[in-house]
Amino acid sequence: MSVTKPLPHDSAPLHVTGEARYVADLPVPAGTLHLAFGLSDVAHGENVSVDLGAVRAAPGVVAVLTAGDLPFANDVSPSVHDEPLLADGTVQYLGQPVFLVVAETHLAARNAARMGQIRIDALPALLTIDAALEADSRFEEGPRIYEKGDAAAAIAAAPHVVEGVFELGGQEHFYLEGQAALALPQEGGDMTVCSSTQHPTEIQHKVAEALGVPMHGVRVETRRMGGGFGGKESQGNALAVACAVAARRLGRACAMRYDRDDDMVITGKRHDFRIRYRAGFDGDGRISGVDFVQYARCGWAQDLSLPVADRAMLHADNAYLLPNARIESHRLRTHTQSATAYRGFGGPQGMVGIERVMDHIAHALAMDPVALRQRNYYAAAGGEGDFSAKNRASGGSISAKMKDNTTPYGMEVTDFELHGMTEALLASSDYAARRAAVAAWNAKNTVIKKGIAFSPVKFGISFTLTHLNQAGALVHVYQDGSVHLNHGGTEMGQGLNQKVAQVAAARLGVPPEAIRITATDTGKVPNTSATAASSGSDLNGMAVRAACDTIRERMADFLAERHQQDPQAVQFADGHVLVGTERYSFAEAARAAYEGRVSLSATGFYKTPGIEWDRIRGQGRPFYYFAYGCAVTEVAIDLLTGENRILRADILHDAGASLNPALDIGQVEGGYVQGAGWLTTEELVWDDAGRLRTHAPSTYKIPACSDRPDVFNVALWDGQNREETIYRSKAVGEPPFMLGISAWLALSDAVSACGADYPALNAPATAEEIWAAVQRVQHGV
Amino acid sequence: MDVRFLLNGETVELQGICPTATLLDWLRDTRRLTGTKEGCNEGDCGACTVMVQDEAGARTMNACILFLPQLDGKAVRTVEGVAGPGGQLHPVQQAMIEQHGSQCGFCTPGFIMSMVCAHTNGETDFDDRFAGNLCRCTGYAPIIRAAEAAADEPVPPWLAEDVAVARYGADLFAPRSADELATVYAAEPEAVLVAGATDVGLWVTKGLRAPAPIIFLGGCEDLKTIDVTADNIRIGAMADMNRVRSVMGEYHPSYGELIRRYGSVQVRNAATIGGNIANGSPIGDNPPALIALGAALHLRKGADRRTIPVEDFFLDYGSQDRAPGEFVEAVSIPRQADRLKCYKLSKRFDQDISSVCGCFNVEVAEGRVVSAQLAFGGMAGVPKRAARAEACLTGAPWTSDAIAAAQQALAEDFTPLDDMRASAAYRLGAAQAFLARYFAESLGQVVSVLEVSA
Repeated sequence: MSVTKPLPHDSAPLHVTGEARYVADLPVPAGTLHLAFGLSDVAHGENVSVDLGAVRAAPGVVAVLTAGDLPFANDVSPSVHDEPLLADGTVQYLGQPVFLVVAETHLAARNAARMGQIRIDALPALLTIDAALEADSRFEEGPRIYEKGDAAAAIAAAPHVVEGVFELGGQEHFYLEGQAALALPQEGGDMTVCSSTQHPTEIQHKVAEALGVPMHGVRVETRRMGGGFGGKESQGNALAVACAVAARRLGRACAMRYDRDDDMVITGKRHDFRIRYRAGFDGDGRISGVDFVQYARCGWAQDLSLPVADRAMLHADNAYLLPNARIESHRLRTHTQSATAYRGFGGPQGMVGIERVMDHIAHALAMDPVALRQRNYYAAAGGEGDFSAKNRASGGSISAKMKDNTTPYGMEVTDFELHGMTEALLASSDYAARRAAVAAWNAKNTVIKKGIAFSPVKFGISFTLTHLNQAGALVHVYQDGSVHLNHGGTEMGQGLNQKVAQVAAARLGVPPEAIRITATDTGKVPNTSATAASSGSDLNGMAVRAACDTIRERMADFLAERHQQDPQAVQFADGHVLVGTERYSFAEAARAAYEGRVSLSATGFYKTPGIEWDRIRGQGRPFYYFAYGCAVTEVAIDLLTGENRILRADILHDAGASLNPALDIGQVEGGYVQGAGWLTTEELVWDDAGRLRTHAPSTYKIPACSDRPDVFNVALWDGQNREETIYRSKAVGEPPFMLGISAWLALSDAVSACGADYPALNAPATAEEIWAAVQRVQHGV
Repeated sequence: MDVRFLLNGETVELQGICPTATLLDWLRDTRRLTGTKEGCNEGDCGACTVMVQDEAGARTMNACILFLPQLDGKAVRTVEGVAGPGGQLHPVQQAMIEQHGSQCGFCTPGFIMSMVCAHTNGETDFDDRFAGNLCRCTGYAPIIRAAEAAADEPVPPWLAEDVAVARYGADLFAPRSADELATVYAAEPEAVLVAGATDVGLWVTKGLRAPAPIIFLGGCEDLKTIDVTADNIRIGAMADMNRVRSVMGEYHPSYGELIRRYGSVQVRNAATIGGNIANGSPIGDNPPALIALGAALHLRKGADRRTIPVEDFFLDYGSQDRAPGEFVEAVSIPRQADRLKCYKLSKRFDQDISSVCGCFNVEVAEGRVVSAQLAFGGMAGVPKRAARAEACLTGAPWTSDAIAAAQQALAEDFTPLDDMRASAAYRLGAAQAFLARYFAESLGQVVSVLEVSA
């Protein structure tokens, strides 16, 4: 069967020859115009006015638009209409688009965009968490609080307490293909938009609003993105809307792509957080209560900040049963880029919080950090979990655990895989011996210290906004037996189309080459959700399955009737259809069905069952299931300079019954390196004026080739989803990102070899941060 | 200007081109070859990597900061020209498919070109070969697996055919020798000299400037020579940094290692040692090493030549001892026993600009310091020696006490800046740490995280 096969990405032959087309590669009509934004040079101000004389006079300029020139909605927000395409009256961050240049070439547009004389009466800007807290500048009326039990009382009664506060930096997506859009005006006022977006329906919606037309007047097409990572969930709206408005006004095709520096200055990034924690525990390391306060710097517009901050709260437990917990979340509004979706969607920030607590407790008790974690794990899933005897013995109050295996938001954890996965990884990575070897090395070496750490991942799968958990598909079988399908998901490198094609091939019993998936198109499948929340193959795979099954049933009914057989007995396999003793090729069967006037086109639909969630109360079952993973990372640091490096990583990841192990391992390897980058070299720096100083790859350093671990062992857990997902697989896009937390913990372990105090690392743990932490543990400064 | 080159095996002649037109824009916008991607437009991501060949061999370059006049007489291959005439995939293309080396695919053409070039040249130091190609999806592991899988396959015959073509013809602003350069530059002292364009390229793509006139130095073959004699290593200003790495790595391995981490392969193939010195950056990595080695700079204006210590060239931030119409002809390094250690600190090991670069050359005899040259980049407005720390060490016994005293003196030598790369306190702390590292290294301790393994 085609599912479970490690087939290459369907576009790989196009990638390696340069044939694969991205938005900026599309052939465009003669006379296509190019756009660029003129940007605000101050972070906060009012009475914005622009002298556009020099812009209009610049070579190649065709038109210049400001907010007043927009015919309908001046808004590109995905949530609450608080994000004007072009500043009207006030500016809210340095880099905000103020005017739009339309010119004959990309370079002419960029050039002219710098010539605007923007006058703004500057106002004080809130740039930091502290400034926003002091001004009580926030989204929502106050902090959101989720609670289980009585954390304060439990901590007060606990024999031991740790507490602390740390900073957790944001992250630039650095998709290799920058944001891009192309608008092609059609007859009758219709508009076609090609966009590099994870959310074609959102682009359609915002373009329709901006053009004052119903959604049926706008068609959006997305063939592929050159990377998304959440950064193209809402951040492409501005370009698509700008292109559509200009194309409508001028009657010519309009294209826009951000130069990399503009992209980094204009668009949102991962939310940076400050996390304050206080945890009570006993002498065995068993946690009785945890209190978190999470401060999220959301930037100027709401965008997706509420669900991001919610998800941070929902992952404050990670893999640990917290008998009492209180999580308080502040969503702070600042005059900076509007922080947005980024792989993990707040989950990583929440998870780093509890892993920090575990690290701190292990240090305080001088206890093995893995044993500590195992002791606090959720109880294993009934029956099939590998809940080892060793763990039972050390675990103590199993009976208590059996009574309560719920998260701080009241969801029972019924599929916990990490007991068995942890033991398997500790064995395969030779953890115990290597931990001893690290200690031996550190006893001998005075300049280079090593560290090793384990961390688990438990990540909730489903959109927390329940209605988004739906998907559609459209499948055509042609009379020659070839199959063309579309679904609502978008391809950004994750191999979604290949996985979905494997599902379709399995349902129809044809080879995957018989399936062709073309660009995601709002005219083919409507009302789609963003390809986000790791949901792409779960949702769209099921929708495609439903559509294929409909067609298969119609064909089976038709052929069964022709041969007087039971339709249930008709088999589709190996490119053939078996009806009793008759054997048709799939093409012959399709041809026969066509001639028998059977519809060979069907839609499919899927909605995730069993989920319900009250985000205000913080109670319910927001997730259909959890995906799990665990990692052991070993690092080395130079205690003189703080320079550091990952030496080895071992990973065991749970993709359920993988639809395609090669693609899934690719997600795990790439996710780990991206996650480790977030917590090590990737540092965003703003100056006191609110100017992003790290706005290009020359100053913002994502991992390079040699930054991957020297030894990098990645394996998939041999399991299957306990819920009825597509072929019992699990979502894999985001969860592995958080395996990178083990690298940050390993750095903490290495620093702790330099002195007695707890390292109390901030993130990212750049060389400078490690250097400062070494000073702290050595000299208490 | 006019230019002639081979593009994927076919001769291209262009007349009257803008001297600052980049190969990338021309490929994509004019030629409609869109396989070569724009990722950053500043030479830092490698998505636009192409292979350039001439008599000196095949090498990778970043098309985004490569001006068309730099290609005169050369052969260019893009990702569209890698498969065979019948569409047969190159072994690295096939391996990238089979090893799952592409996900979103946007960096892939650049990786393919770096892989094709390494494969053509038989190079297998893949971490270095690909340091200038960023990938955000894969974590690099499958790309390395693909490179390894293809390494032993023969070079396909269709790629062996590229040869350089004849250059277009004489152009005053593309001199063919140092003498021609001296003449034209003396006559046009306001002209901008372009060697590899790894810096001037950014004036154009990011600064949107149109410098003019430009004198392209790539044809000055006599400025590319490297001569090693009994007394000196003399490196012509137009020697590219990979050639500099090769020769300096032989005589001063730590300098070679510094250059390994300098830019990327693509950048080093374009960048020249003369350009790195002449642009006067306080964070260029060659000057501290050259100063620590006591190197001399050879300058020329017209027929007039003069030689000064490299350290005297840097007068102040943005100001060098160079007259209008005067250019760097060569740098020469006195032959000496190797005591040089170069320490480069940056956020990322590969392809990152130094926050601090310290290069130390300390001679110790019978337990005492005979001489000490300690040169730093990133600590002041110019590359600069640590005079007080040197004085502190000179004549002192080679002990940790002397190092501690020199570390204190460094705080008087320098008042570094805060910026997005490092804080002032960290810069000073790291500079002091480098002294401790030099001492520890002299005692045979392991001092680099790059040298340890799990």
